[in-house]
Amino acid sequence: MTYAVRTEGLGKRFGETEALAGLNLNVEAGTVLGLLGHNGAGKTTAVRILTTLALPSEGRAFVAGHDVVREPAQARASLSLAGQQASLDERLTGRENLRLLGRLQKLSKGSAFARADELLTRFGIEHAGDRQVGTYSGGMRRRLDLAACLVVHRPVVFLDEPTTGLDPASRAEMWGAIEGLVADGAALVLTTQYLEEADRLADDIVVLSQGRTVAAGTPAELKARVGDRRVHVALPDTDAFAGAAQLLERLEPELDVRARRLTLPAPDGPRDLRAALDALEIAGIAVEEVSLSQPTLDDAFFALAGERGDDSRRARTSQGAIAQEAILPGEAA
Amino acid sequence: MNVVLELRLLAGRSLRHIPRIPEKAFGAVLLPLVFVLLFAYVFGSAIHIPGGDYHSYLVSGIFAQSMIGTLPGIAVGVASDIRSGLMDRLRTLPIARGSVIAGRTIAEMVELIAGTAVVALCGLIVGWRPHGTVLETIGAFGLLWLMAFAVTWAGVFLGLLVRDPDGADGIAMTIIFPLMFLSGIFVPVAGLPTPLREIAEINPLTSLATAVRQLFGSATGPLPDVFTLQHPVITSLGWAIAFLVVFVPLAVRRYQRMNS
Repeated sequence: MTYAVRTEGLGKRFGETEALAGLNLNVEAGTVLGLLGHNGAGKTTAVRILTTLALPSEGRAFVAGHDVVREPAQARASLSLAGQQASLDERLTGRENLRLLGRLQKLSKGSAFARADELLTRFGIEHAGDRQVGTYSGGMRRRLDLAACLVVHRPVVFLDEPTTGLDPASRAEMWGAIEGLVADGAALVLTTQYLEEADRLADDIVVLSQGRTVAAGTPAELKARVGDRRVHVALPDTDAFAGAAQLLERLEPELDVRARRLTLPAPDGPRDLRAALDALEIAGIAVEEVSLSQPTLDDAFFALAGERGDDSRRARTSQGAIAQEAILPGEAA
Repeated sequence: MNVVLELRLLAGRSLRHIPRIPEKAFGAVLLPLVFVLLFAYVFGSAIHIPGGDYHSYLVSGIFAQSMIGTLPGIAVGVASDIRSGLMDRLRTLPIARGSVIAGRTIAEMVELIAGTAVVALCGLIVGWRPHGTVLETIGAFGLLWLMAFAVTWAGVFLGLLVRDPDGADGIAMTIIFPLMFLSGIFVPVAGLPTPLREIAEINPLTSLATAVRQLFGSATGPLPDVFTLQHPVITSLGWAIAFLVVFVPLAVRRYQRMNS
């Protein structure tokens, strides 16, 4: 079969620097590939090669079956790109931008105008359609940028960091818009620094670090590689902590003495949580707080891509996980 | 056929900027007007051109000046398109690759021709008239526009090279200010101190202004006995062609190399 996007050993050097090396991708129509990595991981380089904006130093790349180096015109006719910044004419209005892109892509004047109106409505920016893009908020620009990718239907859509720099509410709106795009049947290649975003939107994820692929798979597979769910038990005093540690010793808990906190593996999730609580209850050990956490893509990222141990980010993640699934002892018992 | 439409659309989008970017409208319309009025009535009373009137002398100079005055505008425009990512988006569309910069140069030419009309209008008000034959008059405008076209390509190249709108503006200004003032646009070069005069004699703007004066039948003032000013039409043509030969390939190559 013809993949929507396919690369074989794709690489790019800038002088001594290897920006991308040995990238192999297979993206099927109607699916979303998430390219995940920090700044400088090679995500944008990969997108620039695939969208014919840059030439690879090695390997081959195909968009809708067309070699991006040998048949760039055919490849361009099959793709659309929303770049890292909202790549639009700031002095034109939103409506003028969409009309221009429609007419450049060979829509008649009438259909280009109708399409522009339709997209402005679909992305909730019709009220700003006649304002210059320079006056738009970040969220509005990104939505217009996405709309600009859809003026003419292309089988492959590239979104380079579509939500970087957006506030949480705008990000959630963008996610909705991107999901709508996939429902239209396009294959989507999305780059992101946000693990949550790749988890939410992507069918497959490729984790890049310093130009190299460090992991690839579905979000579930990547999470599985990182490990199981875990139960966290916090105890009110040192006696309770010592008692609990002894009671649950056979489960090989991780102990945090200072925080009086135990972490247990919980392959069965809520069932393990309940078992731990029951055991503590029967032994008469009071519990201050209990939670069950999923391994997040953050965990996956740090386990797989390793370098750059960003403790603050890790701390935020585990807090988030607890907030999500915190269960009070009273409720559990 | 498609290419014609693409060029029209892309030139049209650049032209739409003019009323929306005050600096640009200022550069195209107000600047020549200000120069004509300032020099004609403020400095002009103190400047005497042997064998003619200063107003006619000045207007030809302003024509020449307005042909390079848009260098910053085009360089900034191209750099802004790169900076904003718009250039990238256009380059991923299935359109002729050259349309993007060609559309920009066409828009710039339309603007320059409109600018010439503004200068001509100001000139007519202060007493300038073309006294040459119809052919000479057409030749004068043709020469001006050819130089403008060449300068436009230099601007495209500068924008592609610098990629930063502020940087492009600064560099373009640094280039055009000495060119404007060390020239025979406003005053005859014969009266300048020797080292400055030697620079002004080879300045393409001096040749262009002198050529246009000859073709419009205005006074040229005393001309030093150097080839560039004794044969200003040929010299100006030579400069314009030289700029085109240098900057068109440079700009095109730079544009293609954006891939690497």
